Amino acid sequence: MSSTSVRAEFPLEEGTPPAPESPRWRGLGTPLVFLAPAIFFLVIWMVYPTLRTMLRSLYSDDGDRFVWLENYERLFRDDRLLTAIKNNAFWVLLIPAAVTAVGLIFAVLVERVRWSVAFKIAVFMPLAVSLFAVGVIWRIMYQQDPERGAINAAISGAKGFVQETGVLSTAKPSSDALEGTPKGGLTLKDAIRPGAVATLGLTAVSAGEIPEDAKEAVQPEPLQGGISGVVWRDFKPGGGTPGEVEAEEVGLPGVTVELRDAAGKKIDSTTSEDDGTFRFEDVGDGEYRVAIGASTFAQPFRGVNWLGDKLITPAIMFAYIWVTAGFAMVIIGAGLAAIPRDVLEAARTDGGSEWQVFRRVTVPLLGPVLTVVFVTQIIGVLKIFDLVVAIAPGSSQDDAATLAFVMWQRAFSGQNLFGLGAAISTFLLVLFIPFLVFQIKRFRTETA
Amino acid sequence: MATAAAEIRRAEPVVIEKGIGPKITRVLSRAPVHLILVLIGLFWLIPTTGLFITSLLTPSDAAQGGWWNFFVKPSTWTLENYRDMFDNEGIVDALIVTAQVTLGATILPILVASLAAYALAWIEFPGRDWLFLIVVGLLLVPIQMALIPIFSLYNTFNLFDSIPGLILFHTAFALPFAIFLLRNFFAGIPKDLMEAARIDGASEFLLFFKVILPLGLPAIASLAIFQVLFVWNDLLIGLVLAQNNQPIAPHLASQLRQFGSNLDVLAPASFFSAVVPLIIFAAFQRYFVQGLLAGSVK
Repeated sequence: MSSTSVRAEFPLEEGTPPAPESPRWRGLGTPLVFLAPAIFFLVIWMVYPTLRTMLRSLYSDDGDRFVWLENYERLFRDDRLLTAIKNNAFWVLLIPAAVTAVGLIFAVLVERVRWSVAFKIAVFMPLAVSLFAVGVIWRIMYQQDPERGAINAAISGAKGFVQETGVLSTAKPSSDALEGTPKGGLTLKDAIRPGAVATLGLTAVSAGEIPEDAKEAVQPEPLQGGISGVVWRDFKPGGGTPGEVEAEEVGLPGVTVELRDAAGKKIDSTTSEDDGTFRFEDVGDGEYRVAIGASTFAQPFRGVNWLGDKLITPAIMFAYIWVTAGFAMVIIGAGLAAIPRDVLEAARTDGGSEWQVFRRVTVPLLGPVLTVVFVTQIIGVLKIFDLVVAIAPGSSQDDAATLAFVMWQRAFSGQNLFGLGAAISTFLLVLFIPFLVFQIKRFRTETA
Repeated sequence: MATAAAEIRRAEPVVIEKGIGPKITRVLSRAPVHLILVLIGLFWLIPTTGLFITSLLTPSDAAQGGWWNFFVKPSTWTLENYRDMFDNEGIVDALIVTAQVTLGATILPILVASLAAYALAWIEFPGRDWLFLIVVGLLLVPIQMALIPIFSLYNTFNLFDSIPGLILFHTAFALPFAIFLLRNFFAGIPKDLMEAARIDGASEFLLFFKVILPLGLPAIASLAIFQVLFVWNDLLIGLVLAQNNQPIAPHLASQLRQFGSNLDVLAPASFFSAVVPLIIFAAFQRYFVQGLLAGSVK
């Protein structure tokens, strides 16, 4: 690639009139004019600040005292800073691999369809949008209320098919005749025999959950050879006696009541009538227990708290993958296009299955490209900042923090901890060194 | 070896699939791939669509339920939020600052970098390869390394919170990649062309302006697009080095605290600020992808 040797035969002096300066000066003069502006910028805005920051990291926050490595000690002592280091480690361990894998899958799949351009544009587009806007986009997606956040709405929709919200989500037993918790279902404590009446009193039933067709509760008649009972709201204005069906107390219709044998195994189930009564007919002799199933008390889905302290980092990671998958796809796609068709054809005609061809031929041939994507992603992930600012609400910012974020937070968001900030920056630079070596090596082999 | 096998196989008669039967089988066997890709593609579009629709809803409509209700009841949309946005001086000023910084911080680094790249590619001088290696190394210096010293430097030289201050910072940090990309591109220009011009007595400056710049246009174009996107979308630099003259992203970042309540301000401004890079990306997609490939695969 480099044409050094060839051009050496045409030294600069040739064709230019003899100049009064020494040859060496003439040799450096022209390139210096071309290079001076770049050197000016690089020295003042990159080289000087880099050295200055390293030095600054050894001084106190106000810059008056030389504190040796104290700022680095702070970096590894402060719990919140350690969280940032830990988060960065997770980012580096998980995300570059994930992005590369997703990009590879997309690149391989999209090669097989005619409308690949449309797909590529859809996946690639987020790359043009600012990470800040991406943060706003995902913050709208992640809102907790399933009525507002699309992700929780989707989960809620999917759950709706599996499990419906129970008719009573807040009810509690009215007396200690019932045991268990609403989550696991409520069971009548005493076993009963056919002919007995089961009274299942509940309180804390919100008015909105009582159906309009509910009637006043009735104490059911005992049933010959069967079990009868009532589910009702064991409460009336003024209180009433717990455990007794009284006037003005409302029956709870639509409640699923289960009949279980002595071992707790469900043998039958029925639904209560408008007045709250229910009956199991033709029950054989023996001891039984009556229970209200857990499904009756199922809570409505309130939404996963994506932006809370537990899930905030995975949530940001997901948004990041959404942004960068397009980058990986395009780079890997170009690598894929460069693989000679006949190599793949040969592997296929040799009897390799699609998976074998992919695993044994495509991936190894893509090796260098995959490495480049992977390393580029590590570098990007180490600097992750914008998405943390934009997605994490104030309350979970500390849990989402990364090194780049805490550097800004400690030094600039009003805290002015410049010593610590300089130490964090320098630490970040140290993390980059292996990739610096990688980059230079790659560059050297290319120009060689 | 695999290639040899292919040659052998190729010599065998190939059975050509005929008729509609095999065609249908082929389409059907690919149906899962199509379906998966359609679903992924839609999934990738949903979040941005969500921002766009949210930006079209009044606060009261947005409070009524998710933006997807728009598809059931599309009549609720309004441009009111956008009208308010253009009446909002803070946002309009931030957009103007963003445009100015982007313009300056795109032209200046390209100018500076192409000069340097030319010298590194075509002028022989001692230490040239070392210099280029240093530039490549600077590619990895994180912005964080410069923030604290430049912040104090800017305070001393009255560059803090100024448009030139932002342009100069962006220019410097754009240089390593720009020089790297352009040097490699310039080095690929045919030698004969350069030598012929040199023998004709063209000065280095003439060569630069008459040969290198016109031929380097594709690389310069991809670089320009990268730089526009990077500067326009920047958050960190604007957040640290500006206060009252912040570009759009840092300006909006300060409003995140009341995320739920001022979505009618945030959503249209975020979407609008994304439209400019999206248009540039759509218009110059080819150069963008080329630059991407040159920068990372080369």
